[in-house]
Amino acid sequence: MSAPATTREGDVRTRAGSAVGGGWRSVTAYWLTLYRRIWKSTVISSVLAPLLYLAGMGYGLGAIIDAPGRTAVPGVAYVGFVATGLVAAQTMMTSVAETTYNVFGAIKWQRTYHAMLASPLRVVDLVRGHVAYLALRLLMVSTAFALVALALGAMRGPAALLTIPIAVLGGLAFGLPVYAYTAGTASDEGFNMLNRFVIMPLFLFSGTFFPISQLPQVLEWLAWASPLTHAITLTRAVGLGSPAPLPVEGWQAALHLAYLLAWAIGGYVFGVRRLRRRMVV
Amino acid sequence: MALIEAAGLRKAFGDFVAVDGIDLQISAGESFGFLGPNGAGKTSTMRMIGCTSPVGGGTLRVLGMDPTTQAAQIKARLGVVPQQDALDEELTVAQNLAVFGRYFGISRAELYRKSGPLLQFAQLTEKAGAKVDTLSGGMKRRLTIARALINDPSILLLDEPTTGLDPQARHILWDRLFRLKREGVTLVLTIHYMDEAEQLCDRLVVMDHGRIVAHGSPRELIRTYASREVLEVRFDVPDHAQKAADVDGLADRVEVLADRLLLYTHDGDAALDALTDRGVHPQSTLVRRASLEDVFLRLTGRSLVE
Ligand SMILES: Nc1ncnc2c1ncn2[C@@H]1O[C@H](COP(=O)(O)OP(=O)(O)OP(=O)(O)O)[C@@H](O)[C@H]1O
Ligand SMILES: [Mg+2]
Repeated sequence: MSAPATTREGDVRTRAGSAVGGGWRSVTAYWLTLYRRIWKSTVISSVLAPLLYLAGMGYGLGAIIDAPGRTAVPGVAYVGFVATGLVAAQTMMTSVAETTYNVFGAIKWQRTYHAMLASPLRVVDLVRGHVAYLALRLLMVSTAFALVALALGAMRGPAALLTIPIAVLGGLAFGLPVYAYTAGTASDEGFNMLNRFVIMPLFLFSGTFFPISQLPQVLEWLAWASPLTHAITLTRAVGLGSPAPLPVEGWQAALHLAYLLAWAIGGYVFGVRRLRRRMVV
Repeated sequence: MALIEAAGLRKAFGDFVAVDGIDLQISAGESFGFLGPNGAGKTSTMRMIGCTSPVGGGTLRVLGMDPTTQAAQIKARLGVVPQQDALDEELTVAQNLAVFGRYFGISRAELYRKSGPLLQFAQLTEKAGAKVDTLSGGMKRRLTIARALINDPSILLLDEPTTGLDPQARHILWDRLFRLKREGVTLVLTIHYMDEAEQLCDRLVVMDHGRIVAHGSPRELIRTYASREVLEVRFDVPDHAQKAADVDGLADRVEVLADRLLLYTHDGDAALDALTDRGVHPQSTLVRRASLEDVFLRLTGRSLVE
């Protein structure tokens, strides 16, 4: 390859940034247009499903787990334990669903990303626009869930509303790394594996349904690697009424948030890089 | 001033050189074609002009700007019809136009005002509310063109706009492109079919293996690289090379293909008479005007459409 080729291969950049064109907002608008077509079916998968888990596990299983006057997790009704777990777990699920097939389709099947890049939009606009859309979706599902859980008394107190932003951040901590994976993957075959061997185990072993202290020591350490464990630790600290039965110190909360942010930001940076390498050739 | 200027433009993918140092000057209002076989480097060149693929070497200026640093400003004034339609099958025709217009920062009100005439231009008014996956190939192609016009581009880049369409759909599309040309839009096309190049292009370059092997107007190219007429003769033989001696001296030049002989001459009928006088009776004969297909054959030794 000639010398100028290697120095220029990075990107087709523009100094004026996104001053020209619709910017990331127009990308978000695109995803919302698509979403409006299918919102009814997502209500079932992303709102009803977690509520069914809450009913089945929280109330059903809870009735066996908690004896009158004694709860399995001291001071916490099992339904509250599950509700504060699910609010974060469901954003993980939604996040992964929104960053796999539809992003891959935009790259490979429908070629929407190719059409976008023929306009003044840049690669970062594509990623930012999707992140904004994702955050909106996560806000919808976590708000719906939190409100229902509060109405049912599974979550308590005004601080329980803080589970919403925590769940959104927790979702982004999964969605952005998965986006980065999707941006670079050659085929959609990995998505099944991802769901079966990463997301499902994390759903079960990040403290959603039982305290991770129940796990063998090695698995407990491993569970701390999962962003969901950190998100749930925070949602439990704010979602179970006051005084908080499972409190978290301020500095601990800061560390949990930092861990989630690290995954989200890392995913974003890699996402932009991998999408650029994929699209700009 | 040239709207598109390239000097020594190159593009390599790894060790493979797809565009190997081409020079171009495309002026405003012109209809300019890239003609060449599969893999000639047409799409690679178009993508560099469209600022979706980084320039691999040499210089390129589009609308007086540098694609490496001013991609967004250039793209704001281009319309791109890619080789593969990148439409959203799940959305309606009107929605496809609307979301695409937003990428250019066009307001909703203006999009609303524009989409009517554009749909009319694309003859898709009745289909405005139809999902794209219900459209025919020709309709999709026209929608892609309408979409590319949403920002009133100064240059329209069309990569094989008619490939895969039936003759009627192709003619409708040609008609639309003529219309744009009359309105002063600069058209840059890549083309597989010779008849199309002759119809649509004021000027064209013939590309092969990443290089420009000839350039000029269709008529100039035919005059330079072919003759006025061509006599095609077919024999009932497995290999036409063995019949080459039979036609020797009857034409300025003879091209031996697998299934026929091409005799380049200013007067095809006269050559045919001469052939009959020799007592040679081919299985079939055809006298036709020379076309760009012949130019291509002459330049590359291969036919264009395999
Ligand atoms: N992204 C890529 N990576 C590697 N090789 C590529 C890439 N894009 C194109 N090529 C190669 O570069 C050469 C030129 O491709 P290009 O698409 O420009 O040809 P073309 O003239 O448009 O052909 P066609 O008529 O088939 O569309 C081909 O050999 C192709 O395989
Ligand atoms: Mg091509």
